[in-house]
Amino acid sequence: MRTTDTPPALREDSSRPPNPLFRNLTAKLASLPMVLTALVVFVGCTGWTIVHSFTGSKLLPKLKWVGFDQYEKLWNTRRWLVSIENLALYGIFSLCFTLVIGFTLAALLDRKIRFEAAFRTIFLYPFALSFIVTGLVWQWILNPDLGIQSVVRSMGFTSFEFDPLYNASIVIYGLLIAGLWQGTGFVMVIMLAGLRGIDEDVWKAARVDGIPVWKTYVRVIIPMMRPVFITALVVITSGIIKVYDLVVAMTAGGPGIASEVPAKYVYDRMFSSQNLGQGFAASTMMLLAVVVVLIPWAYLEFGGKKHD
Amino acid sequence: MKTIAGILAATALTSVSAHAADLEVTHWWTSGGEAAAVAEFAKAFNEGTEHNWVDGAIAGSGGTARPIIVSRILGGDPMGATQLNHGRQAEELVEAGLMMDLTEIAEAEGWKDVVNPPSLLDACTLDGRIYCAPINIHSWQWMWLSHKAYEDAGLDVPQNWDEFVASAPQLAEAGKIPLAVGGQAWQSNGAFGVMSIAIAGIDAWTDVFVNKNEETVMGPEYTKVFEAAAVARELSKDTKVQDWNQATNLVITGQAGAQIMGDWAQGEFAVAGQVAGEDYTCLPGLGANEVIDTGGDAFYFPVNDDPEITAAQKELASILMSKEAQVAFNLKKGSLPVRGDVDLSAANDCMKKGLKILADGGTVPSGDMALSRDILDELEDLLTEFWSDHSYSPEDAQKAYAEIISRAE
Repeated sequence: MRTTDTPPALREDSSRPPNPLFRNLTAKLASLPMVLTALVVFVGCTGWTIVHSFTGSKLLPKLKWVGFDQYEKLWNTRRWLVSIENLALYGIFSLCFTLVIGFTLAALLDRKIRFEAAFRTIFLYPFALSFIVTGLVWQWILNPDLGIQSVVRSMGFTSFEFDPLYNASIVIYGLLIAGLWQGTGFVMVIMLAGLRGIDEDVWKAARVDGIPVWKTYVRVIIPMMRPVFITALVVITSGIIKVYDLVVAMTAGGPGIASEVPAKYVYDRMFSSQNLGQGFAASTMMLLAVVVVLIPWAYLEFGGKKHD
Repeated sequence: MKTIAGILAATALTSVSAHAADLEVTHWWTSGGEAAAVAEFAKAFNEGTEHNWVDGAIAGSGGTARPIIVSRILGGDPMGATQLNHGRQAEELVEAGLMMDLTEIAEAEGWKDVVNPPSLLDACTLDGRIYCAPINIHSWQWMWLSHKAYEDAGLDVPQNWDEFVASAPQLAEAGKIPLAVGGQAWQSNGAFGVMSIAIAGIDAWTDVFVNKNEETVMGPEYTKVFEAAAVARELSKDTKVQDWNQATNLVITGQAGAQIMGDWAQGEFAVAGQVAGEDYTCLPGLGANEVIDTGGDAFYFPVNDDPEITAAQKELASILMSKEAQVAFNLKKGSLPVRGDVDLSAANDCMKKGLKILADGGTVPSGDMALSRDILDELEDLLTEFWSDHSYSPEDAQKAYAEIISRAE
């Protein structure tokens, strides 16, 4: 989207109207590859996928129409329904906690504490690890025979029980812990950058007026950081929807199907079950979910500006 | 090492012949015993022909490797030869004309007469043409019992499933996990498959898997299977490991009484220095119905434009089926050879049990041959949920199972 927008500076330049097609030709030429990529790869392949989700394609894509059969089957599959529920739970908790913890950590670091650089590195470090490594490490930490449970038990609390990865009703929170551990550091850094961008004078003014620090944060600083929050939101949300590798590394969807997620369903159906049609139907549903969230947001965000 | 070997091979090749080809072979045999086994094939190929085996091992299980292999073939970058499980996985690739027809070699070398059981070659056959070379037979129908666990509990090692279930409470009292089942879906699914052949019997199993008769699933034989599975999930609930070999390790170290796992578990016992009959017992068909399924691996040869590679592919196919290569490979792998006419006197007790069942004709086709991956995966999803969710009643699972079978083609 960004690539096709004309820079705002040009809009004011309306004194002599040349052919708008040739205006800023170099920039348009330069963005042509990206425009083509976007059209062919994103739009084209998305369309192809949607079309094939209405076919009975197995291992190879074939145009053998089956109508809405794949979707009917999809919504009658327990595993898909469990996946959706898991994604919703993981998404809501992950979004809230990442933002709250990320901002709190950033605000604390911003209070000019000692060893700030050391803390910042510690908090950011997990982000340098892939989800596969994160998942494996946390699989060990949460394993009742190796990790936290066995350590606490060896200290004498023999009835202590903590095995989220082997308990179907709480396994999603086990994933959440690992996800938060990995992701909050990055959000903290984004927030910290935002806080550093706040003019020192704002703080001085607040102090002169005698506004308490927490109130300054909530009423002044956070509203000023709106673009930073939007960025963080986009980063976190896209991470949530595509969550796949963490699950594969930590639980492989288990116990049973208790920690399955939609992306894993798509992959397994397409490649393991050799049922492309079903995988395409599931991925089309994922796209639809994203679009449903994105369109109202994009309308509010970009649509309003024209009426300024 | 590899580069030195490569240079040596390259110089050797240029001096010997101009027709030598590099043949890339992909497979997912990466564990210790497996790698040693596949090295036997490479050796036979490099020494027996002027061509050169380029090893394309893909780490991870078949589930990881299969998509990579298939997408390379579809994407127009075919390897010289590749491992796949024989069965219906490659059906569409064959139909699309992407796999080489091996019928000529098979007829010239009389594969039909030597391959035992014949169902292996049938699994490679489509419309009367042969498209793959079966390599080995792997069977699921084994229960492995730890002698140490039973000694610790002061019990005799059970000789069949019923005795095992009866002994389970005392094992649990002695602090042992009666049945080790890893957390991955395919393991509980596989254990269920073994139980259904052993408990429901071959006829009922065949009716479900081969004839896709969902009424049999609702019948009394399968009711018993689902009840037994409900018992088994109770016995295995303390297994807190994911991988199959970690679960096997629980049996090896005597922390668990038993595991239901295919014959590849044998390699783990061998690596741990355990002896069949002394340290562990193997019960084919849970000691109830002594049959084995004849799943396993096969090599497919994707169609290639280069005539040199095609020639090399044909030579490899005939080497893979040769007596010498079959014996060398299968002894290392712990699997059974596909030829009925080879001498395997070096095999251990468990392998000999398997060979005897094979010679007696106690075989059934594997699930891979009977059902499509799609249906198999749905069954797997159902069973892993049933296995882990103790509130999922056997009756409900039975109904869901029948529903999936009714949709199978």
